[in-house]
Amino acid sequence: MFITQTQIVLTGTLLLGIAAGMVGTFAVLRRRALAGDVVAHAALPGLCLAFLAFQSRSIIVLLSGALLSGLLGAVTVSMLKRFTRLRDDAVQGIVLSVFYGGGIALTRSIQNTHRNDSGADLESFIVGQAATMLKGDVQQIAVVVAVTVIIVVMLFKELKLLSFDEQFCQVQGWSATGLDVLLMLLTAVIVVVGLPAVGVVLTAALLIIPPAAARFWSDRLSRMMMIACVIGGISGVTGTLLSARYDGLPTGPLIVLTSTAIFVLSWVLAPHRGLLWKSREVTDLESFLPWVESDAAEPPAPTTSGSPGSAQEIS
Amino acid sequence: MVQTYSENAVLPGRGVPIPFDGLTTQLAEMLELPATDVQNAFWTMAVGALCAVCCSLSGCFLVLRRISLLGDALSHSVLAGTAGVYLVTGRVDPVPMLLGAMAAGMVTAVMTQFVHKAAQLPEDSSIGIVFTSLFAFGVVVVSQAKHVHLDLDCVLFGDLAFAGVNLHPVFGWLVPESFRSLVPTLMITLLLLAVFWKELRLTSFDPTLAVTLGFSATVMHYLLTTVVAIVTVSAMEVVGLLVVALLIVPAAIARLLTDRLSTMLVLSCLIGISCTTIGYLLALRWNSSAAGLTAVVAGAELLIAIVVSPRNGLLGRLIRTARLRVRICAEDVLAGLFRRQERSDAPDGLVQASVSECYALAGGGIMSMAALRWLLSRQLLQQAGSVMSLSETGLRYARSMVRSHRLWEAYLKENFNLPPDHLHDPAEDMEHFIGPGVQQQITEDLSQSAEDPHGRAIPDVKTQEVS
Repeated sequence: MFITQTQIVLTGTLLLGIAAGMVGTFAVLRRRALAGDVVAHAALPGLCLAFLAFQSRSIIVLLSGALLSGLLGAVTVSMLKRFTRLRDDAVQGIVLSVFYGGGIALTRSIQNTHRNDSGADLESFIVGQAATMLKGDVQQIAVVVAVTVIIVVMLFKELKLLSFDEQFCQVQGWSATGLDVLLMLLTAVIVVVGLPAVGVVLTAALLIIPPAAARFWSDRLSRMMMIACVIGGISGVTGTLLSARYDGLPTGPLIVLTSTAIFVLSWVLAPHRGLLWKSREVTDLESFLPWVESDAAEPPAPTTSGSPGSAQEIS
Repeated sequence: MVQTYSENAVLPGRGVPIPFDGLTTQLAEMLELPATDVQNAFWTMAVGALCAVCCSLSGCFLVLRRISLLGDALSHSVLAGTAGVYLVTGRVDPVPMLLGAMAAGMVTAVMTQFVHKAAQLPEDSSIGIVFTSLFAFGVVVVSQAKHVHLDLDCVLFGDLAFAGVNLHPVFGWLVPESFRSLVPTLMITLLLLAVFWKELRLTSFDPTLAVTLGFSATVMHYLLTTVVAIVTVSAMEVVGLLVVALLIVPAAIARLLTDRLSTMLVLSCLIGISCTTIGYLLALRWNSSAAGLTAVVAGAELLIAIVVSPRNGLLGRLIRTARLRVRICAEDVLAGLFRRQERSDAPDGLVQASVSECYALAGGGIMSMAALRWLLSRQLLQQAGSVMSLSETGLRYARSMVRSHRLWEAYLKENFNLPPDHLHDPAEDMEHFIGPGVQQQITEDLSQSAEDPHGRAIPDVKTQEVS
């Protein structure tokens, strides 16, 4: 069977979009949207260290390093929150920038020492390079996505409970911390798998934008999650096709821009929560207004009705 | 990177004087290095320090107002601003680019609030949506603009290493090019602080009070955002996306070290300067990215601050806890010896106990050894061979401890009517924290303070210097 490079990349970004939409739904609902961003930035030094330690560009080696340091970043966030009086936002900013700085420093020195062979490859992880995806990479993505989907589907009820009522979840005997860690782990895995295609800086967008767009369409978690997966998949495919059609446009940013476009469209068009729907409600209200006004104006009407003539005389 | 120093852009033949030229030449002779290298290093550190001061000053308010991530978002959207200006004008002139970047910063600040409020999404999600979209837009435009100088690498990594290389004449002096944007930025930041010091302070710490007093927190928010956008834009040229590290980390470190805003501002500036300087020197040493290492140094300094910070540091907390534990163990020994003396036949003679008995009274373990040494060093216990005995001051101290214990038992009995077997344990905890003042108050509160609920006499303390 003959598979073109575009088809390989398409499959990869499609799977990635679906998985990110699925995990991102919980991240957005649990107000952990930027945790993905922190993990993505924190993954960079691990990637470089894995390259330095094993002198290998095998994607599995690099991504294992990235996953480890991404998780280290997530752990650092919770440690700093617990042991210092710094706030959530400052802690996230600190971990994100310090780890990213370490990554940049390592990338630079690798690039300076391995100028001829593979330094540039590491830099491609910063803004991503989906076009160079190999068949093996996509197979690995497929396995990760399959495992993620299975875990989310099996624990759907528990994760739902965690997202909406953490205390009740604990009272029911589920370990909220355990589920939280699991969710964090899934987020980290998806972020790291997305790194080669979308890059350190933009992976967070895959997790945040499709669920945020899906939020406009439904109030049911299961439906919202499915819509988020669909939007993520569509963004992945459209972004890839656009970048294949117009040569030289980078894939990752196009995927993000596509999902942003879908977000804006959803915001305008979605029933009940969309801008159009709301403006119709407002016009409806305006059509009610004369009636409301006349209703309010009627009680004083009898008192004034006696003297319209006199009022006109004065004027 | 280092080899570019030989082909640097300094043109000394032009007759434009360079400030501190004599100083750097002297330093170069002292260190036996080429004069141009030292000069470049000097100016790079100066640019870094200027950058750090601008960032730290505005960053303090970001950290205090809990909007640190806005700094991150602004640094990403700056790329979109410059890219947008390029799309419209088709050229890369510095002034329109700067204005475009500032406009993008403002758009980010307004859009995050708008998406958060109008689309009813959580604030972190709205920040994430806005800045990633803008950044993606910037990357797409930049990737199409290969024939002009719009450098994605500069945005991603910054080029602090070259900041001291490009000297340009300004007002008759040859100074680094970045000074042209960084010095005005510093002026604007200082102006904001000078004019709106009171308002900034009030809205940062108590926005509700500020609003009731008639200061608009929203106006201050956008004013601050504007200044942060300006700072971000001019610092981006030097440190790239890592401007967020300079904005947040020094301010956060200063926050850990002090509770005063003015001290925090000064400290954060000093910390920022040390980060850029050490980062740059390490980058020279390891042939790596100066901006990246600046962030790493900042992270290391944060770790140090967390461990050794005087009041909230982990080390300080550990030492304070250990000291308290030693004192409590020591006081247990004293109280134990006093009770033994009470039970003994000769109430006036000083009771004696072996070292191992005292050790057991203290509860055993390393803390007990420290406690015994604490007692001996304060001469509350006397040691003769393997026999320990209370000294005169020790006896007074012990009497006060037991008095606290029994007063508390009596107090609990009288006011809460606890059963007798529930009295000892809380009193055992409380006795270490009841000073002479509280003893006095409890004595006045109690109907009788001669006996505790178990029927034992509450020892009287005539001299109360020791407590």
